[in-house]
Amino acid sequence: MNTAIELRGLRRDYGERPALAGVDLSLSQGESLLVLGPNGAGKTTLLRILATLLRPSGGEVRVLGAALPGEAWKVRGRVGLLGHEALLYRDLSGRENLRFHARLHGVGGEAAEARIGELLAAVGMERRADDRVAELSAGMRQRIAACRCVLHEPELLLLDEPDSNLDAEARARVGELIGPRPDRARVLVSHDPERHRGEADQVLELGIGRPAAVAAEAG
Amino acid sequence: MTPSRVALAAILGKDLRAELRTLQSLPAMALFAVTTFIIFRFGLDRTQLSGSLAAGVLWATLLFAAILGVNRLFVAEREEGGFDAIRLAPIDRSALFAAKAAALVVYLAAVELVVVPVFALFFLDSAAALPPLALVLLLADLGLAATGTLVSSMAVNSRARDLLTPLVLLPLVVPLSIAATGALEPLLAVGGPGYHRFGTWLAVLGLYDLIFLLVGYAVFDFLVED
Repeated sequence: MNTAIELRGLRRDYGERPALAGVDLSLSQGESLLVLGPNGAGKTTLLRILATLLRPSGGEVRVLGAALPGEAWKVRGRVGLLGHEALLYRDLSGRENLRFHARLHGVGGEAAEARIGELLAAVGMERRADDRVAELSAGMRQRIAACRCVLHEPELLLLDEPDSNLDAEARARVGELIGPRPDRARVLVSHDPERHRGEADQVLELGIGRPAAVAAEAG
Repeated sequence: MTPSRVALAAILGKDLRAELRTLQSLPAMALFAVTTFIIFRFGLDRTQLSGSLAAGVLWATLLFAAILGVNRLFVAEREEGGFDAIRLAPIDRSALFAAKAAALVVYLAAVELVVVPVFALFFLDSAAALPPLALVLLLADLGLAATGTLVSSMAVNSRARDLLTPLVLLPLVVPLSIAATGALEPLLAVGGPGYHRFGTWLAVLGLYDLIFLLVGYAVFDFLVED
């Protein structure tokens, strides 16, 4: 099975303060990694490094076969990020935002429209898709953001509290979109481990001030 | 990789659509420029301006109005996560520089379409200087957009962005200002437009544009890294 993520001694410092102190793990394509840890343990930092948005301070990082940060350009467009920020422009509608992201990822024309329509239907947002994002509730924005995250069929999903602001029905709908699939790996940060532990192949526990984090097989 | 022209069109289209919908920059820039002309009109107590004074009043007003647009150029990217979204996409980051500079040229041209006739109405005898003046302003806008986009991309991450932009931008556009006012001065001379050393100043403007467009293309990738 192809390796999606390979980390050896990954370190990231913010000035004098270490945010990640030596993370080792290997995740294969099709597998899911659940990342746990208290606030400030470096969970979001880890996701941003894997997304090529942040440079590691040390160690080896390989994502989808590319060594970061040098080969970051090989990874861009193959990763989907659903984080604390929806990455949506408030003055555009949900549909306009998705069209914009589709064009950036080289998906245009009828193929893009069909894909956008299909995703909006999947999360139950067809009727509000033409409203400005500024007029949508936080949960609705999160649903549109989930569509943005998977719009370009990424090979690696990076999910930071993907259930934020979602009600039970929306959680189920979004869960369908971002759930496990054999053709993509997932890294999932959650404060609700019991909900996601069942779908995780590995669990990574990060701790503040701990020199190294430990990756373990889920039970 | 998504072709750069596709990425450029997507980002430029998004910016223009958002501006048309919210009108956050253009009305403020135009209102600022017209108000400044009114202040000059009564402050100088003159109904006619010509030569270097006319060139200085026009250029200084347009430059300060441009700063309002430069300040807001990357605000949506910063506050709504657009930087991350664009950095996650398989595009050449210089497409972002080109799109933002193009958006700024569009804003400046739109503002000038409104405020230059107001300037002519307040201070000029005739509108004969306006056609060649448009060429000078277009070249000056290109340079201002290239420099402004670079400065704005650096300043947007600072809490003191409103202060930082003019402090960094104004020294950088001193050569552009000298060339622009040098080209405008004979056009606004008493008795109608003249063309003394006009070509030389246009060449200087073109050279400035070329240099800062190339600098922007070369360094922008590093400016948007973490």
